Amino acid sequence: MESTIIKSRNFNASFGSNHVVRNVNIDIPRNHVIAVMGPSGCGKTTYLRCINRMHELIPGATCSGEMKLNDENIYEMHPIFVRLKIGMVFQRPNPFPNLSIYDNVIAGYKLNGIKLPKAERDRIVEHSLTRVALWNEVKDSLNKKGSFLSGGQQQRLCIARAVAMEPEVLLFDEPTSALDPISTSTVEELFHELKVNYTLIIVTHNMQQAARVSDKTAFFFMGELVEYDETKTMFTNPKDNRTQNYITGRFS
Amino acid sequence: MDAKNVKYRLGKSYGFQILTYILAFACVVPLLAILIFILKQGLSKINWHFLVNVPKPVGESGGGIANALVGSILIIIVASIIAIPIGIMAGVYLSENKKSRLAYWVRLSTDVLQGVPSIVIGIVAYFWMVKPLGGFSAFSGSVALAIMMLPIVVRSTEETLKLLPDSLREAALALGMPFHRVIFKVIVPVGISGILSGVMLSVARITGETAPLLFTAFGNPYLSTNLTKPMQSLPLLIFNYATSPYNDWHDLAWGASLILLLWVLFLNIFTKIVTRKWKVQL
Ligand SMILES: Nc1ncnc2c1ncn2[C@@H]1O[C@H](COP(=O)(O)OP(=O)(O)OP(=O)(O)O)[C@@H](O)[C@H]1O
Ligand SMILES: [Mg+2]
Repeated sequence: MESTIIKSRNFNASFGSNHVVRNVNIDIPRNHVIAVMGPSGCGKTTYLRCINRMHELIPGATCSGEMKLNDENIYEMHPIFVRLKIGMVFQRPNPFPNLSIYDNVIAGYKLNGIKLPKAERDRIVEHSLTRVALWNEVKDSLNKKGSFLSGGQQQRLCIARAVAMEPEVLLFDEPTSALDPISTSTVEELFHELKVNYTLIIVTHNMQQAARVSDKTAFFFMGELVEYDETKTMFTNPKDNRTQNYITGRFS
Repeated sequence: MDAKNVKYRLGKSYGFQILTYILAFACVVPLLAILIFILKQGLSKINWHFLVNVPKPVGESGGGIANALVGSILIIIVASIIAIPIGIMAGVYLSENKKSRLAYWVRLSTDVLQGVPSIVIGIVAYFWMVKPLGGFSAFSGSVALAIMMLPIVVRSTEETLKLLPDSLREAALALGMPFHRVIFKVIVPVGISGILSGVMLSVARITGETAPLLFTAFGNPYLSTNLTKPMQSLPLLIFNYATSPYNDWHDLAWGASLILLLWVLFLNIFTKIVTRKWKVQL
């Protein structure tokens, strides 16, 4: 039996009176890739942002229920500590435009005022960029601004920035939807590499992508988690007919 | 439509174009005229002696504006020390809390403050500071000027930071940064060129302000660096000496006017260069 890293019980989230995540129960196993799918507006992003406590930053946003990281209640931990343990990569690459590639990678340390010896910083930068298959492309231009990179490179830089903090979980919100097909496949390949050390939760609208990269898939519909299973089972033999309808393209 | 009609219309359009050129050029004329005039009057007065000496008593020729230069610089530095941190913080508040009640009132009061005539600010500073403290002082002048700088710094900071994308803030927050670090390590550094340009324009704006200083810094024919005592400044010197009946003093006023004008010109050009050079490409 694999160990659970993220566990939700009766988890709810709202924007004011708009109840967008309803009663979600899920166990996410360590070192797996989990795809989160569902029609637009069904609460995928909202749920994802509840995991690292970004949801509560929006005025009027509330949530309730149980959300645990390694059996510790995330909502009883300090949000800053949660975000160090659970990294996030956004839909659009968002490197810090005022920082060099090098500084972008260690931004989590540098901007948090965590002092590291130069050798250690160098090691983290090289290691993180290598993990995201960007080292060879940028090793000669580490002092250039991150915003000079291509979109796909920027997204990998953002993944490196999250990886550099050595989190336990990485959250991705449609990480390739702003990328071209070649960059997309580079990023997808990374997921296989990254799950050796991390647990990946990926929101995606791309069914082929979910099928290619994920071990398990969670299907959300109108704020509810209607089905959660092995990706293979989900795509070949869905139990809920809403899932069935979605993957056969009857609604999107 | 016959050919004549088309010709007529083309002619009208052409005439209108020429008119816009002329009117656009008309906007440059005042600055050029002032610049040339002041240059002609002031340039011959300015030399090293003029910059490092204080004015001579009536009847003696020569003398300079060192007391006004030093005074202006000191008064502006103190005003900046007061206004810039408060202004930037308030601007940060406004951009982070766009819809709060306090933000509404801060915005309204900075807008109104911007429109308050400088002489009114001078009188208020007189009643609040000069009278209670028992005398004119450079510091009370700095406070009056700081009040004038404030709205410019606040609003330019707010306008700059408002344009930064939310994704920037989220990137920082998702890395576990506390709010104050997000602001001071990410938001402000990325917006620094806009903030600086507001700061420099506000300095340019107050350098020439005379009215608030009349009741506060008051002026001083001697070199003084004591902030609790009256102090000379460029606009005060121009005001006092240009309205005097002495030719030597008129010369000092013309020279000081030129210095003031060059300073404002320099600040504006410098601002343009800095904002371009420090602009963070998003
Ligand atoms: N900042 C916000 N303020 C108020 N309501 C919001 C906000 N963000 C999302 N919502 C609402 O919450 C619901 C769920 O949105 P969410 O972004 O979680 O959907 P999603 O599944 O990620 O959709 P998509 O696939 O389009 O990204 C939507 O109905 C939306 O209107
Ligand atoms: Mg979404």
